[in-house]
Amino acid sequence: MSRYRMVAAAIIPILVLTACNSSASPSPSSSAPAASAPAASAPAASASASAVAASPGTKFKGISVNILTFNGPQVAEPLQRRAPDWEQLTGGHVNVVAVGFQTIYDKALLDASTGTNSFDGYVFDPQWMGDFVGPGYLLDLTDREKNDPQLDQQDIVPFFRDYNSVYNGKNYTIPLDGDFHMVYYRSDLLTKDGLKPPATWDDYLTIAQKYNGQDLNGDGQPDYGSCIAKKKGAQSYWWIISVAAGLLQGKGTSDGTFFDTTNMNPLFGKNDAMTLALQTYAKTATFGPPDELNMDVGGSRGLFTTGRCALTMDWGDIGTLTPGTYAQDKTGATITPGWKQVLDRSTGKLVACDATTCPYAVDGVNYAPFGSFGGWSGAINAKSPADNQNAAYDFLSYMSAPAQSGIDVTLGKTGYNPYRTSHFTNTAPWLAAGLSQAATDNYLGAIKTSLDNKNFVLDLRIPQTKQYEQDVLDTAISQYLAKELDEAGTEDAIANGWNSITDQAGKDKQLAAYVSSLGIKK
Amino acid sequence: MRLATDTLGAWRSDGAARWLFIWPAVLLILALSLFPLVASIAMSLSKLVFNPGGVKLDFIGFFNYQQLLFGLERSHFLGVLRPPTAIGWAILIGTIALAAVAWVRTARSGRVGIVGLALRLVGGVLLAGFVWILVQTLASEGGRPGSLVVTLIFVFGGIVLQLGLGLGLAMLAVQQVPWRRLFRILFLIPLTITPVGVGYMFLMMTDTSKGPLEPAWVALGLRNFTWVTDPWLARLAVIIGDTWQWTPFVFIVLLAALESLDQEVREAALVDGASRWQSFRNITMPALLPVTTTIVLIRIIEGFKIIDMPNILLGGGPGTATQSMTLQAYIDWNTLNLGRSAAVAYLLLILVSIVATVYVSFVRRRVTELA
Repeated sequence: MSRYRMVAAAIIPILVLTACNSSASPSPSSSAPAASAPAASAPAASASASAVAASPGTKFKGISVNILTFNGPQVAEPLQRRAPDWEQLTGGHVNVVAVGFQTIYDKALLDASTGTNSFDGYVFDPQWMGDFVGPGYLLDLTDREKNDPQLDQQDIVPFFRDYNSVYNGKNYTIPLDGDFHMVYYRSDLLTKDGLKPPATWDDYLTIAQKYNGQDLNGDGQPDYGSCIAKKKGAQSYWWIISVAAGLLQGKGTSDGTFFDTTNMNPLFGKNDAMTLALQTYAKTATFGPPDELNMDVGGSRGLFTTGRCALTMDWGDIGTLTPGTYAQDKTGATITPGWKQVLDRSTGKLVACDATTCPYAVDGVNYAPFGSFGGWSGAINAKSPADNQNAAYDFLSYMSAPAQSGIDVTLGKTGYNPYRTSHFTNTAPWLAAGLSQAATDNYLGAIKTSLDNKNFVLDLRIPQTKQYEQDVLDTAISQYLAKELDEAGTEDAIANGWNSITDQAGKDKQLAAYVSSLGIKK
Repeated sequence: MRLATDTLGAWRSDGAARWLFIWPAVLLILALSLFPLVASIAMSLSKLVFNPGGVKLDFIGFFNYQQLLFGLERSHFLGVLRPPTAIGWAILIGTIALAAVAWVRTARSGRVGIVGLALRLVGGVLLAGFVWILVQTLASEGGRPGSLVVTLIFVFGGIVLQLGLGLGLAMLAVQQVPWRRLFRILFLIPLTITPVGVGYMFLMMTDTSKGPLEPAWVALGLRNFTWVTDPWLARLAVIIGDTWQWTPFVFIVLLAALESLDQEVREAALVDGASRWQSFRNITMPALLPVTTTIVLIRIIEGFKIIDMPNILLGGGPGTATQSMTLQAYIDWNTLNLGRSAAVAYLLLILVSIVATVYVSFVRRRVTELA
């Protein structure tokens, strides 16, 4: 009998615990490129009033729209903060549904594809347009954007207006954020030692090696030459694209970085450029924190802003995160370093940069700033009721309007980075946000230099983009950094994985989508 | 009138009650269980395609399974297989020999029919197959475990630690020591935290460069030590986190079992001159075995689903060193490769079923009989 009592004693707590544990669903770590947010003063709500041309309080009276986005808390923060202002101006109502980064894509795609259509708009990654536009899930916004005085489309920087928000020649998204990689350096250290910011990746490694192990913030502890987030399932795969891009793409944006535009063969396959890029990427880890392989951007930003890193690579967020930290007025930004060689795609060998191989090179250096992720952008569900579409569009247009976005991009807590001409010309909000004039000029100057580069790299945006990058590329790079694969094995893993996805999706279809994505003239 | 009474009596009978109350519940549960089971089979044999106006599943046969077992994904799922070392061969040959001897003895005993012998033969072949994969990935030059072997490492590594620690804590907490109630509550706290919370807590604790324990790591001379670059250290970190969370479960069940033991037998043994070890070995252990085997079975089934700790702590890295099968399925799901995700989930289901069946048939039953 006692045996049964013991079994009962075992089963009862098991049942209770199993029931309690049923909510333990997987919660992946976010891989969003948004910032860790420092506190920053909110802009005056009144600044937005002038942006809406409609009759105040009645234009969308009684209409409630659902907008799906990232729960950052960045990205959702400005939407939630400004929604009441827009509601007061138009009479409409905005319900911001914020979810984890990894969930947005699935939730939006399944919602639209199954006909549920519970969301009227999305603020998501424009890279995903390849999966959304084909089946007709997004509303064509070309004419609306062109004729919208509130949006002031001509104020948007050409890359984000004509390229990042466009798919198959039509505008499907409204830019709310301008995302691409830059390198940040400790300007106080480089100035003291008479060094220039890194122009090439060789320079980057030299500078990183010089400062690695030195005390960089006066706390008596040795610090790091380079901090780059290399965690699997986070941002690691984006940085390798930045390192490789200058070796793979030399003839402008339409040259493409990911595939050969004539046959869809992966450029991230077996060739000398990829081998050098992998070796360089791995070398940066030797000058970084011991646990860099498990560090996401939250970690690298924390280390850089506390003065523990001489160099880092990041989106535009570092610029708005430094006020109030050790790195304030000690931070410089520069275009992502380039290379003096480029891949000859016919031979798979590296050749020296010249006027033919690298027509946009500067002082012999082929820069290829990478518009990774592309920046958070608003899109409208093609199947929503017309009134909801109009209201959702108006809200997103209001968010992007210069009056609102001009302030939001200066605040670290928003996760938004500059993407309009007026964001560069009107420096008052930057100074109000805590940046010095010199830091503002340096930061915006580096952004402008990158955006003006004719060899700017567009992130992949074809059907199955997520599988190409977040599955195959991320896994292979992670395995390489962990020494599970050597260079040849990594190149094989990427090329074979990408070819498999391409073949399953249809090679001709994927090639057409890729070529089309590169076809827009800046 | 009599007929009406009989009818009422029939309705009041157990048979009617079964129809009215039990079968609907059974059918509902079956429907809820079978539908996802069948749907996921269909999913694992298909590719999801987004079309204007909806989604469709393109039938692709066993392509997803082929990819996992023989194709591009084999290195992630089964691992990198290389010829075993001498030790690996010895382990394999020893396992096959033991399985063969056991099968022959069973056949000679005449206690098992043809079907039973055939099933045991299949079980033996599967066991040899598992061991073959294990030795090719773990006891070979250049081999590397895939998510299948990594999952087995997490399951059995974790269970051994949890059982040892849980039993030790239960033996301590059953003593009449001061603050015993407080200790019991403290020991239970990890179980009340969600697995995601435990994952983030261990993420901070194992961060040697900027985590809250950084001063401690520095004081210990481990400034440049990291858990995350060596695959076995990373796996150990996951097992430690999992053990921290689940040891209280083992503890509380064993404590309940210990407290229900008849103390008179143990006291009599001690009076008769038995040592504490003899008392534990010959009285306490046999009495705990039925509960212990139940605990192990539950932890095996639960342990195969591990995802939170390796995902939050390391994202499945470094490389694929801590990528469990559930995490692999999750990554596929996350990139909307639903077919392959379902295929991984099905292979996990098969693996869990085999391990649990073998455990129940060959271990738990015998242990219970022994007890």
